[in-house]
Amino acid sequence: MGRGVYARIIASRVRSQLAYPTSFALDVLSQLLGQSMELLAILVIFTQVTSLGGFTAGEVVLIYGLAATAFGLADLAVGQVEALPDYIRTGEFDVILLRPLGALPQLLSADVQLRRVGRVAVGLAALAWALHDVEWTPLRVVVAVVAPLAGAVLLSAIWIAANCVSFWLVDGREVANSVTYGSDFATSYPITVYGPWLRRFMCFLVPSAFVAYFPALALTGRPDPLGFPDFVRYCSPLVAAAMVGVAALIWRTGVRRYQGTGS
Amino acid sequence: MLSPYPQLVRAGFQRYSSYRQAALAGLATNTVFGLLRASVLVAVLAQRGPFAGYDVATAITYVWLGQGLLNVVNLWSDRELAGRVRTGDIVVDLGRPWDLQTALLATDFGRAGYAVLMRLLPPMAFGAVFFPFRWPERPATWVLFAVAMALGTAVSFGIRFLLNVSAFWLLDARGVLAVWGTVGGLLSGLILPLAWFPAWAQAVLAWTPFPALFQMPIDVFLERGDPLAVLAHQLFWAVALFALGRVALARGSRRLVVQGG
Repeated sequence: MGRGVYARIIASRVRSQLAYPTSFALDVLSQLLGQSMELLAILVIFTQVTSLGGFTAGEVVLIYGLAATAFGLADLAVGQVEALPDYIRTGEFDVILLRPLGALPQLLSADVQLRRVGRVAVGLAALAWALHDVEWTPLRVVVAVVAPLAGAVLLSAIWIAANCVSFWLVDGREVANSVTYGSDFATSYPITVYGPWLRRFMCFLVPSAFVAYFPALALTGRPDPLGFPDFVRYCSPLVAAAMVGVAALIWRTGVRRYQGTGS
Repeated sequence: MLSPYPQLVRAGFQRYSSYRQAALAGLATNTVFGLLRASVLVAVLAQRGPFAGYDVATAITYVWLGQGLLNVVNLWSDRELAGRVRTGDIVVDLGRPWDLQTALLATDFGRAGYAVLMRLLPPMAFGAVFFPFRWPERPATWVLFAVAMALGTAVSFGIRFLLNVSAFWLLDARGVLAVWGTVGGLLSGLILPLAWFPAWAQAVLAWTPFPALFQMPIDVFLERGDPLAVLAHQLFWAVALFALGRVALARGSRRLVVQGG
C-alpha cells in the first residue's frame, strides 16, 4: 500500500506547483540563476588565472558540473528535510509519527519542490560542456553515469544526517546549513584549494570530496595532487552507501530521542 | 507629537535581539563559508600573485567583511511587506499615522544596528585573530565605513522595498525576490571582488546601484579609491531608490481593492 500512497502524494504536490505556471517558471528561473552564479564566479576567476589549485578551467567546470548535478538531485529528493525544525516546533512532527507510514518518507514527500530541476539543468549543462574532452573508456562511461547519482545519494544522506541536529537543538537549521550548503560549496571547487584542516572536515569527515573531486579525477585520468591511491577515485558509491547507513542511524537515534515540544 | 521613527529603530533592534540563539547558529554558517571563500581567493592569489589591488591580507579582509555585512546590508529574508500585500494586511499599515516607507526604513536600520553587533563584529574578529588582516590606516576611515555601511543598507532597503511592492502587480513577489537573492550577491561584489571582473562588466556595474551594497563599504574599509566619491554614489542611489519606491507604493496602493467593508 505504502508505495501507492507516496506516488499519489508526490503527484498531487507536483500538480499543485504547476497550477500557477508563471510563478512556477519564475521559481525555476531563480533556481537556475542561483546555480549559475557559482558557475559565473568560476568563469570570472578564470579570466584572471589559468589554473586554480592546480586544475584547469575545464577540470574545475567538470568538478562544478558533477557537484551541481548531484546537489540539484539531492535537493529535489530530500531538500524538504530542511523543514524539520518547523515540524518539531509546531508539533506537527507528532502527527507524522502517529500516522501508519514511515516518518522520513512522509516528511520528504510533504512538499517536493519541482522548481529545483533548475539546479539540475545547470549542473547537467556544465557537465555536458566539460565532458566533451574526456577520452572515453568503458570505465569512464560508467563513472560519468554513476558519479552524479552516487553524489546525489551521498549529499542526500549528508542533508538528512545534518538536519537531524534539530532533534537536539532548537535552532539547529543554521548549524545544519553550514554542513549542507557548506559541503555543496566545498565540493564545487578542487579540494586542493582548502587548507588541510578545512579539507579534513568539509571534504572527508563530511565526505563531500567523493561527490565531485574524486570522480573528476577518474574521468580525466590526471594524477591526484593530494597523492591518494587510484582506487579511491572509484569509491564514491561505497562512501555513499556507508553515509546512508550513518544517516539512517542518526535519524533513528533522533526520532527515538524525540519527546515533542510539550506544548 | 513625538516622531515614531526613532522608536521604530529601537523596536527593529530589539525584535532581532530576541533571536540570540539563531544569531549564534548563523555565525557558524557564516564562519564556514568565510573559510571556504577565503580559501578560493587565496588560491587565486597563490597562482597569480597580488593583482587589482588585492594581496592575501586584503582578500581575506574582503571575505570576512563581506560575511559580516551580508546580514547588515541584508540581501535576503525580507518578504514581510510582500506577504502583507498578498494577504491584504497592508491596508492596516497604510492606515496608520506614519509614513509606511519611512517606518520600514527605520525598522530596517534598527535590524542592521543589531546585525553590526552580532553578525559583523564576530566574523571580523575571527578573521583578524586567525588570518592576516588589513586594518584601516587612517582613523577617519572608521567613520566613513560606518556611513558607507548605513548607506549600503539604505540602498539595499530601496531595492528590497521595490521588489516587495511588486506584489501589488504580481500578487506573489517570491519569484522576483528569489531571483534578486541569487544574482544580487555576484553583482554587488559579495561573491568576488568586482575589481576581478572583466573591464566591460566593471564599467556596466559602475552605473548600477549594486556595488553600493557590499563592494563599496568594503572598499572604504580597505581604503581603496576616493571614499567621498563612493559615499556620493551610494547617497544618490539610496535617495533615487527611495523616491522610486514611493512612487511605486502610491501607484500600487491605488490598485488596492478592500473587500467586505
